[in-house]
Amino acid sequence: MSGQIKNILLVGVGGQGILLASEILSEAAMLAGFDVKKSEIHGMSQRGGSVVSHVRYGAEVFSPIVPEGEGDILFGFELMETCRSLPLLKPGGTVVANDLQISPPSVLMGQELYPGGLVERIKAQFADFLLVDGQKIAADSGNVKAANTVLLGAVSKRLSIAEEYWLKALEKMVPAKALDVNKRAFRMGREF
Amino acid sequence: MKEILSGNEAIARGAYEAGCLVACAYPGTPSTEILENTIKYTEIDSSWAPNEKVALEVAIGASFGGGRALCTMKHVGVNVAADPLFTLSYTGVRGGLVLVAADDPEMHSSQNEQDSRNYARFAKVPMLEPSDSRECKEFTRLGFELSEQYDTPVMLRSSTRISHGKSLVELGERVTDLPLPKLEKNPAKLVMLPGNARVRHPLVEQNLINLSKAAAALPFNRVELRDTSIGIITAGICYQYVREVLPNASTLKLGMVYPLPHELIREFASKVDTLYVIEELDPFIEDQVKAMGIPVIGKEIISLCGELTPGRLRTAFGLPQAAVTPAEKMPGRPPNMCPGCPHRGVFFALKQLRAYVTGDIGCYTLGFMPPLSAMDTCVCMGASIGMATGVTKVVSAEEKKKVVAVIGDSTFLHTGVNGLMDMVYNNSPATVIILDNNITAMTGRQDNPASGFTLMDDPTHAVNIPLLCKAVGVKHIRIVNPLDLEETKRVIAEEMERPEPSVIITNKPCVLIKREDVFQKGPIYAVDEERCTGCRACLKIGCPAIEWRAAGDGSRRGKASIDPLLCTGCDVCRQLCKFDVIGSKP
Ligand SMILES: Cc1ncc(C[n+]2csc(CCOP(=O)(O)OP(=O)(O)O)c2C)c(N)n1
Ligand code: SF4
Ligand code: SF4
Repeated sequence: MSGQIKNILLVGVGGQGILLASEILSEAAMLAGFDVKKSEIHGMSQRGGSVVSHVRYGAEVFSPIVPEGEGDILFGFELMETCRSLPLLKPGGTVVANDLQISPPSVLMGQELYPGGLVERIKAQFADFLLVDGQKIAADSGNVKAANTVLLGAVSKRLSIAEEYWLKALEKMVPAKALDVNKRAFRMGREF
Repeated sequence: MKEILSGNEAIARGAYEAGCLVACAYPGTPSTEILENTIKYTEIDSSWAPNEKVALEVAIGASFGGGRALCTMKHVGVNVAADPLFTLSYTGVRGGLVLVAADDPEMHSSQNEQDSRNYARFAKVPMLEPSDSRECKEFTRLGFELSEQYDTPVMLRSSTRISHGKSLVELGERVTDLPLPKLEKNPAKLVMLPGNARVRHPLVEQNLINLSKAAAALPFNRVELRDTSIGIITAGICYQYVREVLPNASTLKLGMVYPLPHELIREFASKVDTLYVIEELDPFIEDQVKAMGIPVIGKEIISLCGELTPGRLRTAFGLPQAAVTPAEKMPGRPPNMCPGCPHRGVFFALKQLRAYVTGDIGCYTLGFMPPLSAMDTCVCMGASIGMATGVTKVVSAEEKKKVVAVIGDSTFLHTGVNGLMDMVYNNSPATVIILDNNITAMTGRQDNPASGFTLMDDPTHAVNIPLLCKAVGVKHIRIVNPLDLEETKRVIAEEMERPEPSVIITNKPCVLIKREDVFQKGPIYAVDEERCTGCRACLKIGCPAIEWRAAGDGSRRGKASIDPLLCTGCDVCRQLCKFDVIGSKP
């Protein structure tokens, strides 16, 4: 139905910087000349709850939320949250996930175990799956805090937005003193 | 120039372009960021009020003084501001006044999902409803003009998806040709005593009729004829879902949801075969269309509860759903208080003391969640104290001692202090704990009248909460350090025993406060894993920095561990460890 529209979901844990990442993505899409809409719930999510951000771009976008089961790309910042949101993705969709586990309260308190075998479960369902060690690559790029930018770089390869717009979006959204590190992190993610 | 703005940013921008001079609000999700954006425009005097009623009254004053004024609140805030609102429609305005009510269908962060559109009809005020950020800006701007033209406050209804959604907006310039505000007496219009109000009321009714007639020509409503076998009347975010899911259907898109454009509706209805109203929550438009004698399908297919989504709309029209990958069963991830949050110690004590806790709304409402599990009621802001008084009126003398109200500093100043007056006035024996963390934390750390700073970050007088309680007449006021578990428990136990009203005030700040003189991290704590016996005592506080590391042999054994990146050094877990294996790292 929404043939030419790109549907991207960014998921993870409150406090991981997902909103900024989805803002950079939206900005890049706008600079590339697309209509863009973005939606997410913040409020309780600030206290470490699950966060799902929807970004849609194309010639003309109506709904700001991705219709269920029509996600093209699931961009996961944490493994359990990535798995939780798999149903939002269309069959044959793409998963780009950060290789990171953050324990929810029940696991912290020893009432449940963090589920095992998540990477295999994703692989079994989605052939186009890229697992990125965002933390490690960010450390190599010179700043562990740039993990999200590494991931953005990895996702960017799968989107029809030219590199120059990504870099312009970074220039606008990232503080000047962190810009060089972030550009490097972005390129390393893109080459991954 | 085009920018990607959230609905809230766009509303702030619209107010700026409209030449708005005053913006006043009490924070509340999803409306909060509107005022956090009006502060970018130095031409607008932006401020936090202690509650929504005061916020609206400040805006009314600004309007009566001749300036354009914006007032914003979440849906339930309108309940608090309803009293001035219902008479403001009679007085009308001088400078334009736009009141934003941000609804929260699905209750993403609210205690109910009331539909603010009912207020427009009830209070006899026109209401605009934007469907994206571009309209948020345009409708806010035009709302001020409409307000002055029709001499009425104008409500603008947003919702979580509109306020927190982002889309492209073309920016405009600020108007500069507005008359300068200046005192002007007009008691017949502004003093609402019965004699004057009786004159004003018919004018209000006539105004709404005029507006309904003019509505077809106003820039808010538009007919889009496509395939005429299906015609859909819709507004707000639902319009976007209709366009997404039923791209060929004809639509009457309402930008003004009250009063309705009757002629336009009749005309549209006559052009389509089957007429639907697609709206979230109440059948607000549907009932009015039906009252016009026009058959229409609405709530038969769209739920009264929760928000609409493209998927739900598809189901309503019997359209095929996209194939969905089955969901994996996964541990939940509910929100939790921050590591080192000063609220934890109080709830830990209340649980141990088996108190009956009448709760209130704020971060501390999370004290309801396990493992603290120490909140028994939560209704609306400020309700804890009144409820505690009420409970003590009916239970036995022994049970009265168990009753404790907990309330945050911002909530206490919002509507809690009146409850305290009642408690003292009518001599309830309940205990009140004011969780003074120096900020309005829940909604994202806004300043309040007791925090010492204004919305513009200027230092100002801070309400002295203990003195305020004293002035109300509370004889027993105790200050405790909530990070000292023993002291906290002892003081709460003593005051619960006391057969008179008493107030306990905690004195540690929210750990997210950025001002270093208010909050500073302590030394980082660690568990000596060699000596940890795996007793799990430290897990009882629910700090997200403490993680249970299972032995991995299938047994229940394991050890606790502290994440140094998350620990704020509050010292609470150390006090829980009987084996003395938790300590600060040198
Ligand atoms: C009438 C109304 N207005 C606003 C809100 C949104 N709201 C929920 S909690 C809260 C403030 C809580 O602040 P405080 O009492 O200081 O507790 P803290 O979150 O700091 O622990 C606000 C503004 C609401 N629920 N109801
Ligand atoms: S934001 Fe502040 S008050 Fe709220 S949970 Fe965190 S530390 Fe506690
Ligand atoms: S000292 Fe203990 S309870 Fe406090 S933040 Fe650190 S780990 Fe959590």
